[in-house]
Amino acid sequence: MVDRVKTFMRTAGRETAKSALAALWFMFLTFPIVVIKVNSLEGTIEWRWMRLVTIGVGVFVFSFLWRYLMARREQGSDGERSLQKRIAERFRSDRRVSVTAITALSLFALVFPFIGPIQNLLSESLGLHFFVQFSGYQTSIMISALIYVMLGLGLNIVVGLAGLLDLGYVAFYAVGAYFYALMNHHFGLGFWAALPMAGLLAATFGVILGFPVLRLRGDYLAIVTLGFGEIIRLILQNWNDFSFGPSGIANISRPGTFGLDLTIQGNTIYLYYIMLALVLFTILMVNRLRDSRIGRAWIALREDEIACQAMGIDKTRTKLLAFAMGATWAGLAGCIFAAKTTFINPESFTFMESAMILSIVVLGGMGSVVGVMVGAFFIILVPEYLRAFSEYRMLAFGACMVLIMVFRPQGIIGSARKTYMFKREPAAQEEEERDAASA
Amino acid sequence: MQPVLDVQGLTMDFGGLRALDGISMQVAKGEIVALIGPNGAGKTTFFNCITGIYEPTGGDMNINPPKGKPCRLNRLKPNVVTERGLARTFQNIRLFGKMTVLENVMVARHCRTHAGILGAITRNPRTRAEEREIVERSYLVLEKVGLERYVNELAQELPYGAQRRLEIARALATEPFLLLLDEPAAGMNPRETAELDGLITRIRDEEGISILLIEHDMKLVMSISDRIYVLDYGRMIAQGTPREVAANTNVIKAYLGETFDA
Repeated sequence: MVDRVKTFMRTAGRETAKSALAALWFMFLTFPIVVIKVNSLEGTIEWRWMRLVTIGVGVFVFSFLWRYLMARREQGSDGERSLQKRIAERFRSDRRVSVTAITALSLFALVFPFIGPIQNLLSESLGLHFFVQFSGYQTSIMISALIYVMLGLGLNIVVGLAGLLDLGYVAFYAVGAYFYALMNHHFGLGFWAALPMAGLLAATFGVILGFPVLRLRGDYLAIVTLGFGEIIRLILQNWNDFSFGPSGIANISRPGTFGLDLTIQGNTIYLYYIMLALVLFTILMVNRLRDSRIGRAWIALREDEIACQAMGIDKTRTKLLAFAMGATWAGLAGCIFAAKTTFINPESFTFMESAMILSIVVLGGMGSVVGVMVGAFFIILVPEYLRAFSEYRMLAFGACMVLIMVFRPQGIIGSARKTYMFKREPAAQEEEERDAASA
Repeated sequence: MQPVLDVQGLTMDFGGLRALDGISMQVAKGEIVALIGPNGAGKTTFFNCITGIYEPTGGDMNINPPKGKPCRLNRLKPNVVTERGLARTFQNIRLFGKMTVLENVMVARHCRTHAGILGAITRNPRTRAEEREIVERSYLVLEKVGLERYVNELAQELPYGAQRRLEIARALATEPFLLLLDEPAAGMNPRETAELDGLITRIRDEEGISILLIEHDMKLVMSISDRIYVLDYGRMIAQGTPREVAANTNVIKAYLGETFDA
């Protein structure tokens, strides 16, 4: 008993010392910017000592928390994974759970644009007040989030499945958007005709980019794709006769409504449903691709290029297919983006966008469809709803990213492989167990 | 009878270094042939030349499959070589770690199946039937090498010996007529090596697949090989039956060094 108290005291002492040291270090580091305030008008120096105390105490507490989490991660990483496995297992084994979850989600998605009007109705008739007042603004944000879900799922094919780090993905997004904008401007081409063509054109660009980078891997590939993205943006910015330069293209038609006359709000809702349908379509396609012969070839390519070729897989074809299939979704998303904002210019297609889409894939979980969706909602919606703390929102956002990467490097939702059932399997297992028992 | 693999005067230069110097060898149908030699003798380079990973500087490599047309291997891409019926394993295991054991084998069915993007997206009856066939055949191959209880396990989580066998299963699933095994027994304990011995012989006896293997475990080599080729510094220094090779003075010199007082 005495021994245990002694060891506890010793550990506690050591931990306190560590935290105190961290606190001191931070106080020293932040001293010049936090404590000293020079008033150059009156020529005085203000010493804000209370701030130093706040930082010291804050860092002291935070460093305790941090070390506790790190220690838990070290010993309990298996436990955490099994939690995810358990949830996944429950979803798979119990149909009721998955059906309920999916029904609830799809119902929410379906009525989402009408939550605002319903709220209005309720507050007018019953005088209710809501914590969050929904409006067309929410629907509009949701459309953006859905566009990013689509972009994320597309990039997931290239980065998550085929393992080709593409930093210029936004180029295909730009191709889709500018294709629709220019076609609409010059020839009055409608949205529904342009949509599939934008996808095809982006796929062609995917192949065009694919050819020169076939031999490249890892960092080199990343740099070349980054360059490709910038080239497309610079062309759009500087070739005035073709793309109207930095001033962009305005008055792009919204999606055709087949004769219906819609208000602006109605149009937003209409676009929301188009986007919802397209995202569902994307999920279906991406899922099918992943579990197909081609999908397996992509993953094999990611895991080991030489072994992949030794299995009879044509590296060239497989890589080009990955680029083309990934680019297609970006082209479609670009077309919708142009139709949604009705105005595009090169500023929407900077490297920042590529980085954003890549973060969605990495943060959500490479190779996992659900993960990418969660990642997209997280990355697009969190900064949007943190606007209230506008000055600190990017800071908080960055901190979130760092925390996730430290504690869940595989992403929010790791990818799980498809399992196959064999009728003979249990019998064989039983036999083996009997053998083991008799031995 | 014509040999299934016929290599004549194969030479491979890396800059100024001649890694292979005029190597000639044949493998007949249903034969187990071993390629041995000290470290750095050029054995793996020889494999890499045959399977299209390296392009040899000189020489001729021809195959004469039991079913199918004879053809020249020079300048073929690795995946085409596999399609023509040569399958290999790797010295340092190269599995697809994050895929399941079954999927690893399913990937190997790639070159014998045809479904493309359209098939994957529409999942038409033909694709579904093909997919079913891929799963069934892959499972059968796994049964053959005794890995059926690991089907849904990730390849990287398998014990070492099982990973080696999975490499063989993967190669078998490409339906080869010639199997190239690069040190299949490396790192195995005696019991696992004995099992491997049985597996290799069974593959040859049941399916008539010819086997060319690189191996350092002399007990294994001597017990299963019909013929042995010995490489040293890129040159073929001996060939013949296990007994002949074991008695060859060149081979003993290459392995044990020159004796100064001789």
